[in-house]
Amino acid sequence: MDKLILGRYIPGDSMVHRLDPRTKLMASFYYIAIIFLANNWQSYLLMFVATMVMIMLSKVKLSFFLRGVRPMIWLIMFTVALQIFFTKGGHTYWSWGWLAITQFGLTNGAFIFMRFVLIIFISTLLTLTTQPLSLADAVESLLKPLRVIHVPVTELALVLQIALRFVPTLMDQTTKIMNAQRARGVDFGTGNLFQQMKAVVPLLIPLFVDSFGIAEDLATAMDARGYQGGDNRTKYRVLQYHRSDATAAIVMVALTGLLVFLRA
Amino acid sequence: MDITFDHVSFTYQAGTPFAGDGLKDISTTIKGGDYTAIIGHTGSGKSTLLQHLNALLKPTSGTVTIGDREITPETNNKNLKPLRQKVGMVFQFAENQLFEQTVERDIAFGPMNFGVPEKDAKALAAQMVKLVGLPDDILQQSPFDLSGGQMRRVAIAGVLAMQPEILVLDEPTAGLDPAGRLEMMTMFKKLHDEQGLTIVLVTHQMDDVADYADRVLVMEHGALVRQGTPREIFADPDWLRQKQLGLPKTTAFAERLQKLGFTFDQMPLTASELADDLMPQIGGGDRG
Ligand SMILES: Nc1ncnc2c1ncn2[C@@H]1O[C@H](COP(=O)(O)OP(=O)(O)OP(=O)(O)O)[C@@H](O)[C@H]1O
Ligand SMILES: [Mg+2]
Repeated sequence: MDKLILGRYIPGDSMVHRLDPRTKLMASFYYIAIIFLANNWQSYLLMFVATMVMIMLSKVKLSFFLRGVRPMIWLIMFTVALQIFFTKGGHTYWSWGWLAITQFGLTNGAFIFMRFVLIIFISTLLTLTTQPLSLADAVESLLKPLRVIHVPVTELALVLQIALRFVPTLMDQTTKIMNAQRARGVDFGTGNLFQQMKAVVPLLIPLFVDSFGIAEDLATAMDARGYQGGDNRTKYRVLQYHRSDATAAIVMVALTGLLVFLRA
Repeated sequence: MDITFDHVSFTYQAGTPFAGDGLKDISTTIKGGDYTAIIGHTGSGKSTLLQHLNALLKPTSGTVTIGDREITPETNNKNLKPLRQKVGMVFQFAENQLFEQTVERDIAFGPMNFGVPEKDAKALAAQMVKLVGLPDDILQQSPFDLSGGQMRRVAIAGVLAMQPEILVLDEPTAGLDPAGRLEMMTMFKKLHDEQGLTIVLVTHQMDDVADYADRVLVMEHGALVRQGTPREIFADPDWLRQKQLGLPKTTAFAERLQKLGFTFDQMPLTASELADDLMPQIGGGDRG
């Protein structure tokens, strides 16, 4: 349960940490979109340097980001391999039947690799520097316009916030129950498929029972304190844009301009 | 069956940026047949230590020897079952482990995992239910229809049914009513005395330590800061308070009497010791 590094907030007080979560959320999506504009060495280099600068500004160690790549490495390698073997064009270095390693194949493979890594780095940057609850606030705030077409935005946001809040609690609980059942002789993750599925039952049932208990307690606690939903609730954490958010927006625009200029 | 810790250290999430100290350089032996209590304030590493007793956690460095099995950082997770059968573990809030449709099947679950035939496991269930002080007719009920205290007893019965040689208890009576607590603690004591079960108990109740334990380990910040008999440990109240621990009620009472001029050769740990010490001083004869 300890390996979920992607999406784990690391407390800090850097420029990136202090940005408004809405800015970070929008900027991340925007940045991922413009990564797809890059199509030659110069433009990829620009995006790489920009990403590295942002990572440096966040003052989070690079090793956190590398860990984010690790779980995806097989998918990345597979995609890169497809690109290398099946892209034709340019000088051919090696060929065997319909498989060939060509100049274009190698460059395409390298580009795809960069694209994956940059996207993972940026999403990791977002989640490492933004508390899950702030992210939920940001989603709520950004979706507010949808209320016009009767989307229950505040309720959805509440659901999201509660879910995020209880992820660590349930993960702890999972570890505890797994240990308790291991002590009673259950082997998790060994044996054939049928045995493995059977082993999950003593884990899932207590976990469900526990979740329902938590849900009930939470509902009671909210009722007891007079919680009322609806759009007119004021918030304890009020989101507010600052000058740095404007700067971030300008940087994004400038980056787009440069990228368009550099791409082939 | 002894359990020996040799310079055992454990780090949570070792090798990640979230690494945190769990245990620091622990060396001690828990002798077969002993009743050992582990005390220490919240977060001092007691539960972490317990999970090394049946290899749920493996040391980051050092060796834990459980009977004839050596657990080192390199030990792999296979073939740990025989070990887990010998070391029964009742976790904090053990009622969370219940999952079966009936109490009987839940209690039989452990023994059946260790190869006991279903018929014998069910017989064990009936026997254990009685041992933990629950009525027979509870066997066919769903564990989820029981009260919290009853669920705890079923969970304890489920561990006892594995017929372990070592019983590890992590605050087994937290949240039980006073009568239930006494009943459970008396039952554990009886198992220890009559069947020679080795018991390791984590508790915040100093009275339980004084009443039942032969040996005490005191933990602080993941380190073992003192070990000895209850008498040795409770002889130093100031040191204990500094570790955010207290004295058994009886000893605390005797300490206050001392200030009023009473004298004790040895601080009494239990009510009857206290009574024996006081009788001569208040002019009474020997207690009958
Ligand atoms: N899964 C975990 N991941 C990281 N750190 C942990 C984990 N479990 C415990 N710790 C840390 O290890 C230390 C010891 O915890 P442990 O649960 O052993 O304490 P304890 O003595 O049993 O406390 P209590 O009396 O509250 O049960 C604590 O500082 C705790 O924060
Ligand atoms: Mg504990």
